[in-house]
Amino acid sequence: MHLNPDLILLWLVRGLGTISAILVLLILLFLFKEAFPVLREVGIGAFFFDAVWQPTKGKFNLLPMILGTLWTTLGAMILATPLGILSAIFCQFYAPDFLAKLYRRLLELLAGIPSVVYGFWGLLVLVPMINRIQPPGASVLAGILILTLMILPTIALIADASFAKVPTSYLTGSQALGISQWGMVWGVAVPAAKSGLMTAGILATGRALGETMAVLMVCGNVVKTPTGLFDPVRTLTANIALEMAYALGDHRSALFVSGLMLMVVVIGLIAVAEWVVAEGKNYG
Amino acid sequence: MVKQKWGDRLGTGFIWAIPLTITAIFLWIIGDVFWHGLGQINWQFLFTAPIDAGRSGGIAPILVSTAWILLICMGVSLPLGIGTAVLLVEFSDIKTGFGQLIRRSLDTLAGVPSIVFGLFGNALFVKVFGLGFSILSGGLTLACMVLPLLIRSTEEGLRAVPQSYRLGAASLGISQTKTLWHLILPAAMPGFVAGFVLGIGRAIAETAALIFTSGYVDRMPSSWLDSGRSLSIHIYDLAMNISNGNANAYGTATVLITLLLMINALTSWIGATWTNHHFKF
Repeated sequence: MHLNPDLILLWLVRGLGTISAILVLLILLFLFKEAFPVLREVGIGAFFFDAVWQPTKGKFNLLPMILGTLWTTLGAMILATPLGILSAIFCQFYAPDFLAKLYRRLLELLAGIPSVVYGFWGLLVLVPMINRIQPPGASVLAGILILTLMILPTIALIADASFAKVPTSYLTGSQALGISQWGMVWGVAVPAAKSGLMTAGILATGRALGETMAVLMVCGNVVKTPTGLFDPVRTLTANIALEMAYALGDHRSALFVSGLMLMVVVIGLIAVAEWVVAEGKNYG
Repeated sequence: MVKQKWGDRLGTGFIWAIPLTITAIFLWIIGDVFWHGLGQINWQFLFTAPIDAGRSGGIAPILVSTAWILLICMGVSLPLGIGTAVLLVEFSDIKTGFGQLIRRSLDTLAGVPSIVFGLFGNALFVKVFGLGFSILSGGLTLACMVLPLLIRSTEEGLRAVPQSYRLGAASLGISQTKTLWHLILPAAMPGFVAGFVLGIGRAIAETAALIFTSGYVDRMPSSWLDSGRSLSIHIYDLAMNISNGNANAYGTATVLITLLLMINALTSWIGATWTNHHFKF
């Protein structure tokens, strides 16, 4: 029998493509498989309504960690979104060409710094500084500031790319009408790039939620719902990283439940981002 | 009118202040690491084993483990990534269903938090495959993580190859396999190389996915099935768990950042050469 090499190639790349495509499903499957024993035993409610987080004694309240993740992410988004978008506006509308290029390179470098290095710097520089204002220093605030630095490049670079896509005729048109630079940016460019800016925010939220090492190193990791910016806090991701090494049985299973929660939220965010992009294309 | 002008000036000042602040913080972070770290680095540091849990001694076994993890990661993800990218670009007749499905799941994969990759790697490679805490488990976990990045870059490389190449080859009756092997893949080489370098950059920076896949052991690994500690985990461990470990943590961070800056320079050099010699034969 004669084998057609083109056909072999087609099936080879189809096979490889299938492996790449099912990885996400595999991840979900294995998270669920490991999370299932404890979910069957105590149900999903236990993770929100148990008295405390004492997984070795069958108490699984994840709420303090969920809130920890929520507050640090929210804080970082509040700071990083305007800073990132303004950075992009700087690159597109204010900076001379060579400075814009230089700043973009810098943002790329910032995005490439390992999270463990951010955490290390935060631990040795930022935490002692906050400690001087109000002890203990390792706190929600430290987490927010480090996360802001980490997600700012993501927001700035995506926003920059979407400003670049705004048709030049919009901008020259508004200049011809004698609108000020500030007015052109906020009245014309920002609304025109809206869907890109929203995508930037959503993807950055996903990054902030999932960030582990840096927050683990600067947040103090106390399992307690924080009441203020200077309280130490433990996030869901830090909880997994800290306890996974020695967790057994239901404890291990409970950590997979928190991983599953993160995964579900991230998938939701990506779906929303895709929807925003599609809507932007329809009306853009 | 005057009022608007003042508003404009204030806005301009504000917008210049932000990049200046961010640049200053960037220099602060890099400067702080190099300031404390450069003094630690000498031949002894690079070529001896850690002593006293890393408080003194060097990082030789950690460099070796990191290199092995990266090698396995790229060795597995490269064929997978190139195959998938070829499928997405060259066999675009299936763009409708299967292609879309792959693209969607890759977009999702790109957003999965690294700690979740760690959980997955622990459940599949460490437990189900029975590889234990090992360099192999860590490398395979990272391979899943860098895959979307690699595919994206390879895709761009393939798409940059002019359509006339494919049509020309087809009109000469050259088979698709030969066209791909002798024409398209060589022309798309910069895309692979860029993806390869980016993937290594992402993998070498990773910590969370490795803690419970490749493990903590700081001895020289004797096989892929040994546990091996990466540079990033070494920094984490020295900073968080070892008292008086900061000096060597700074040294290790300096090595890691230097490697990343080299990788970054390489990427932009590839990018520049690519655009300058764009398919001039």
